[in-house]
Amino acid sequence: MAGIGTIARRTFLVGSVAIAGGVAFGYYMVRKPHANPLLDDLAEGEATFNPWVKISSEGITLITPHTDLGQGAYSMQAALIAEELDLDFGQFEVSPGAPSAAYYNTALADEAAPFLSTDRGMQANMTRGAMGALFKILGAQISGGSTSVPDSFDKLRLAGAVARETLKKAAAAKAGVSIEDLQTRSGAVVLPDGDSIPYTDLAAAAAKVKPVKNVELRAPSEWRLIGKPMQRLDIVGKSTGTLPYGVDLEIDGMVHAAVKLNPRQGGALNSYDASAAEAMRGVIKVVPVTGGVAVVADNTWRAFQAANAIEFDWGPAPYPAEMDAHWETLSGAFKEDRLDKVWRDDGDVDAAIAAGDAVDAEYRAPYVAHAPLEPISALVRVDDNGAELWAGTQMPRFVQTNVAAIVGCEPEDVQLHNQYVGGSFGHRLEDEQIKCAAEVAKAMKGTPVKLTYSREEDFAHDFPRQIAMGKMKGVVEDGRVAAYDLSIAMPSVADSQLSRQPLDPPPGPDSQIAAGAWNLPYDLPHFRMSAYKAPPLAPISSWRSVGASSNGFFADAFLDELIHAAGADPLEERLRLMNNDVARKVLEAVGEMSGWGSAMEPNRGRGVAFIESFGVPCAEVVEVSATDAGVKIDKVFVAADVGRIVDPINFDNHVKGAVVWGLGHAMNCEITYSDGKAQQTNYHAHEGMRLYQCPEILVRGLENADRIRGIGEPPVPPAAPALANAIFAATGERIREMPFNKHIEFV
Amino acid sequence: MQLIVNGETVDADVEEDMPLLWVLRDELNVKGPKYGCGIAQCGACTVHVDGMPVRSCSITAKQVEGAEVTTIEGLGTPDALHAVQEAWIDHQVAQCGYCQSGQIMSAAALLAIYPEPSDEQIDRALSANLCRCGTYPRIREAVKSAAAKLQGA
Repeated sequence: MAGIGTIARRTFLVGSVAIAGGVAFGYYMVRKPHANPLLDDLAEGEATFNPWVKISSEGITLITPHTDLGQGAYSMQAALIAEELDLDFGQFEVSPGAPSAAYYNTALADEAAPFLSTDRGMQANMTRGAMGALFKILGAQISGGSTSVPDSFDKLRLAGAVARETLKKAAAAKAGVSIEDLQTRSGAVVLPDGDSIPYTDLAAAAAKVKPVKNVELRAPSEWRLIGKPMQRLDIVGKSTGTLPYGVDLEIDGMVHAAVKLNPRQGGALNSYDASAAEAMRGVIKVVPVTGGVAVVADNTWRAFQAANAIEFDWGPAPYPAEMDAHWETLSGAFKEDRLDKVWRDDGDVDAAIAAGDAVDAEYRAPYVAHAPLEPISALVRVDDNGAELWAGTQMPRFVQTNVAAIVGCEPEDVQLHNQYVGGSFGHRLEDEQIKCAAEVAKAMKGTPVKLTYSREEDFAHDFPRQIAMGKMKGVVEDGRVAAYDLSIAMPSVADSQLSRQPLDPPPGPDSQIAAGAWNLPYDLPHFRMSAYKAPPLAPISSWRSVGASSNGFFADAFLDELIHAAGADPLEERLRLMNNDVARKVLEAVGEMSGWGSAMEPNRGRGVAFIESFGVPCAEVVEVSATDAGVKIDKVFVAADVGRIVDPINFDNHVKGAVVWGLGHAMNCEITYSDGKAQQTNYHAHEGMRLYQCPEILVRGLENADRIRGIGEPPVPPAAPALANAIFAATGERIREMPFNKHIEFV
Repeated sequence: MQLIVNGETVDADVEEDMPLLWVLRDELNVKGPKYGCGIAQCGACTVHVDGMPVRSCSITAKQVEGAEVTTIEGLGTPDALHAVQEAWIDHQVAQCGYCQSGQIMSAAALLAIYPEPSDEQIDRALSANLCRCGTYPRIREAVKSAAAKLQGA
């Protein structure tokens, strides 16, 4: 396992500082990009030291800066520190800490760099390094892209190890014994005579000790926590209704706010009449905000009612008002001047297709809402010195900057308390509700304002998943797939998202247009993957698995069509084409788990799909029955390889949830626009999967990959194609458009 | 009006059409029942009214005057868990957890009526509770565990 030698190449340094009555340990990274003044500005006083472990005479606090969106990130981060620090669950508190550039995400660069995940060559690694430097300069503390585990895995264990060794050094001096003779166990240093000194009793002394730098991370065989079932820190709170989410917060003097923004998202507010609203019970104030009007009241429901009583004249949508025009825009984007990048061009696709009897198809993926169950909210108090705010966000430092711009203060004068989040799926990478709450709070200086979006407002302003279209051609020969020409067009998610942030879109091609499609690990004689960037349409944002959520469906389902056209077996042909051993084992695993090839009743069918996203190869087999009332999803088998599983229970829960997410939205969810407005206003029209529809899901995690990855998103992309392929196997109907219930019923 | 919430009689000075959910959350500071949709589609606000599972967003406080309203806080506490909550913890059902108050209240009501529910009864009782994280497989397991535990008790 990695000792200081490996870690040193990534140049981590760890320090400690005295805090009131104790000590704080941290790390910082000193890989400085060449002569970049921005970095020095950012680093000064801000990133030179940032605590991960705080110990005082009163207790131990572990800082877990990745937001807990429901994925168990706090528990995972705490476990990594506790593993090396020899703490037991129950011996520490966790806190997301204050936002800091030091918590910038070191793993995002891996996903953003345009190289195959298996490419560890010099160019690929140099590009990742340069992108990593960019994220450092930005101080990009972001939870997303399934990176919380890979970002934390080395850093947090190292922070724990340094704290442990420094506490031992302090104990050695105090007890007059050699550090080599000391052990640590359950939050204490154990002396040679068996006596132990709790860390909390060593805090003051440790603060004065020069931190130990030469630490070795433990070998996996010594792990007490990693790889073993854990009990999440939040599980009792979440099972008793006692864990407060952002939307539950109450502070003294707080008022409640609701808002109505132009349902033609991003359109102007021409005029409004709030006279009826102002006269309603409990209404305190009506506040115009960017793009709409907020109502402040003494109760959320009263604020909702009053907001609904306002009459508005809204301006037009800054995108096509009707859905047909969105699809026409995509269809028209498959042309040279919209070509973003040809990501893969193996063999001679044009010649192969010209020579053969080509199969072709068009695939579609609609806008889809995130619609996490906790409606978005933010609690903000603005005063003369800045702002204090309580909200769940995946990008706390962007929020600080944006709120500071509204309030008219410096970002560091925005005190942000990140909150437990009731689901996100990418939704909390947007901060519209926080900015809106800050505008209202600015108009109510000194009064804390909690703004809650109604579900209808949330659906109207979801910033949904991208709409996308695939056009493909292929040729089969001698019972094999010979050529595959895959083109995908979508508007750029990054461009849309960053247009709402104080950042320019990154230069170069948009990797999400090709994600999950260009990196098929297949040795096809002729394979081309072309990405076309469509003009901006409705505002969109990152939705669980982002580009791969549409592209995985396109890429794998059409491959399945070609395999059927070739008369080959769907699993055998994928295995024959597979050029990567880690991925092959994943595919073989679902074959074995599902008893692939065994006989099924005539009305049943199984489909397989394989997609790699976020560096994780993931395969799924879906079994369905075609009944008189519709298609029933019976069983799903999933295998994925994340290199190392931190907590098998959380892994299992996450994979199952991602499968439900992928299947549910493929079954019955879309956002469509008419008159510039999203037509789906609540869950009745965007339902997802319900319990009665949930199949039995069997999960296998593999650990053959050479590096650790996150599992939050990778099981989503293969779910839709595996379902489409199974429906074809059971019914003979090939569905090329999500949601599938436009074509068949589900039971 | 007077309400009975978790065994206590409380006064609330609210409009007759204010949904029970908002009286609980914003007037009485009972935050276990969650707002998710406001139209009885997601079940996050589920409470018991005289033992029956009810979507508190879609019933007015006035309609439950005099009835026993039980929220998840009244079902069990971290120190005195209800069997359903115990099962939810044992199976580590929650991911984001936001729907789980409602899921647990629906499950507890189901088991009070059908101590040994069939798969179909579980499906029927819990399909009105939406879980965006997709914890359904664990919800099914936890309901069965809780049923077994209650039977054994």
